Amino acid sequence: MYINGVSVPLTLLGLLEREPSHGYDLKRDYDTYFGRGKQLPFGQVYSTLGRLARDGKVAGGRAEPGEGPDRKRYSITDAGRAEVDAWLADPVEPEPHLQTILFAKVTLALMLGKPAAAYLDRQRSAHIRRMHQLTELRRDGALVDVLLADHALFHLEADLRWIDLTSARLAELAAVVNPEGAPKQ
Amino acid sequence: MTRAHLVEARDVAKSFGQTPALRGASVAIRAGEIFAVMGPSGSGKSTLLHCLAGIFAPDRGEVWFDGERLDTLGEAERTRLRRTAFGFVFQFGQLVPELTAADNVALPLLLNRVRRRVAYGTAETWLGRLGIGDKGANRTGELSGGEAQRVAVARALALAPKVIFADEPTGSLDSLTGEKVMDLLTALAREAGTTVVIVTHDARVAAYADRVVMVRDGLVSGDLGAVGEQVSAAKAGR
Repeated sequence: MYINGVSVPLTLLGLLEREPSHGYDLKRDYDTYFGRGKQLPFGQVYSTLGRLARDGKVAGGRAEPGEGPDRKRYSITDAGRAEVDAWLADPVEPEPHLQTILFAKVTLALMLGKPAAAYLDRQRSAHIRRMHQLTELRRDGALVDVLLADHALFHLEADLRWIDLTSARLAELAAVVNPEGAPKQ
Repeated sequence: MTRAHLVEARDVAKSFGQTPALRGASVAIRAGEIFAVMGPSGSGKSTLLHCLAGIFAPDRGEVWFDGERLDTLGEAERTRLRRTAFGFVFQFGQLVPELTAADNVALPLLLNRVRRRVAYGTAETWLGRLGIGDKGANRTGELSGGEAQRVAVARALALAPKVIFADEPTGSLDSLTGEKVMDLLTALAREAGTTVVIVTHDARVAAYADRVVMVRDGLVSGDLGAVGEQVSAAKAGR
């Protein structure tokens, strides 16, 4: 269900919110934006779409004539849209090595014309709160705990730098993920 | 302004020539709170601190301190407040390098007409609390960066101010020394019930605060939350 720490079903749902698509198109866009050198197998695309359809988050149209394993065009349902919205708006649990998830969220938010800057602000807030907790723990902690807290603090600080830099580059990134201009709704 | 708020800026604007630094910033800081203002360089965060401390007069808006308008006071009255009610910790240049650490801490007290013996006794006490009691006779120009910054913190706290304004207080220090300075500044300020307003671009410094706001393009664009309250709630739930 996860590749590089990113939820495949949620990412496919996000891509479907952009526009109804065939499995092939979803795989191509997933590999382009989120694959990072690790392609999504066709089998996983179709099994994920099958589960999402079973759960009422996507609807598969009738099979269209033509070549290929699956000529169904999938579209997102209201339930699927609500799930994407909730996922994007909810800050990720601040912990080291979450850049891939944040990257996927920011990219999808920009593709969908959603408030990526506000999501990043919420994430920054979650990070600062976690850093405050760790700073408080350091205050009275044993040296071993202090060193462990320091390790986490340095990683969270690196995340924050990435969040700040990405916030400053949102317009640039929007132009990359929406090369034709305004995001499709 | 409610009495619970010791320091407040309301819709404060300030420009330098044609360049706007603040474009309507508002913050309200509670008594005893450790409050951090974050933002990238050029965002206006230092200008906000200078307006809150009465160093700059805003072009528009109001600044309140302890129930009175600060921005409408004359220069003499604002200077009096800065000498009696406010302490300052800056990144550089606040100490007189030719004077000893004890002289530097005692100086603001002497300017406030505190008797010499009392001023130097207070300086000795605070230098001791900052862990540099043995450096009182050293010229501050000969101290390390971390020691000099501890002298600056001692000087700010020795006045028993209501508010300490700290602008990038660890900006010139390495990580470990910076942490020691922040540990001491925040622990001693909490003990004394002193409000601290810290301006920083450094998230690790902001993480010491009870509450953090972001300043961008001259506006307070985000209140990152009452981190201290959430921590307390989390601890209570453990």
